[in-house]
Amino acid sequence: MVTNATSLGRSGLFDWLVQRFSALVLLAWIAWVCIGVIAMPEFGYPQWRALFAATPMQIFSLITVLSLCAHAWVGVWTVTTDYLNEAHLGRTGTAIRLCTQAACLLLTLTCLLWGARIFWGSG
Amino acid sequence: MSRKPPANILSLASQTAAQRKVKTARPVNLNLFSIKWPVTALVSITHRISGVLLFLAMPLLLYVFEMSLSSEAGFRQAGAMLASPMPRLLCWLLAVALLYHLIAGCRHLLMDIGFGETWRAGKAGARAVIVLSALTAVLAGIWLW
Repeated sequence: MVTNATSLGRSGLFDWLVQRFSALVLLAWIAWVCIGVIAMPEFGYPQWRALFAATPMQIFSLITVLSLCAHAWVGVWTVTTDYLNEAHLGRTGTAIRLCTQAACLLLTLTCLLWGARIFWGSG
Repeated sequence: MSRKPPANILSLASQTAAQRKVKTARPVNLNLFSIKWPVTALVSITHRISGVLLFLAMPLLLYVFEMSLSSEAGFRQAGAMLASPMPRLLCWLLAVALLYHLIAGCRHLLMDIGFGETWRAGKAGARAVIVLSALTAVLAGIWLW
């Protein structure tokens, strides 16, 4: 189907699963960071850094960055295909959608690489 | 020997053709101001809006994270930045968007595994999302100020 050309996995069911799985990863990471901060005797730089420095946490954070970007892409794709189309915007709808999606993709990839460097380099 | 495909495949094929016909004849209403907004629709569109906001805020969040993890000075700088009124307000707005997106997302996950799929339960769940996110928004505000 031509309309699926910009979806993450070329399949609605795959994208649906990715969105749910990545949501659970993000939920787990946010919960873990919150618990980690609450459990700190005092909130300072050494404790904050130590929270992200251990190898298991680095891997967890990197998986979270990947999940964040996959989740963001599936969401942005869904919203842009629903509203930025020819039915809403007329003949230029497809062009507007593809340009918006291209910009969103660049932002997502930038955040993926940047986020990976922040959390992988936090050791 | 007949070359005809089995009957069930024939019926399946005619069913898809019928479905296709229904799909093309589906009425389209594009005027968002003329349609009704039940509480479930409001919760759904707010989930989308909060998601787009969080997407646009991703670079900002990464910037603050990078600063806070870079050095002792960066950590203090990030703290000082969040202490001034406007960034603190922005921080609260993003926290509210995140909490809302998270709570509404949990409702989606619950519905995916079969909870709250009826119209009544769907409405109750949507109201619960509003109440819970309002509560957490207030708590986040108290914690920030």
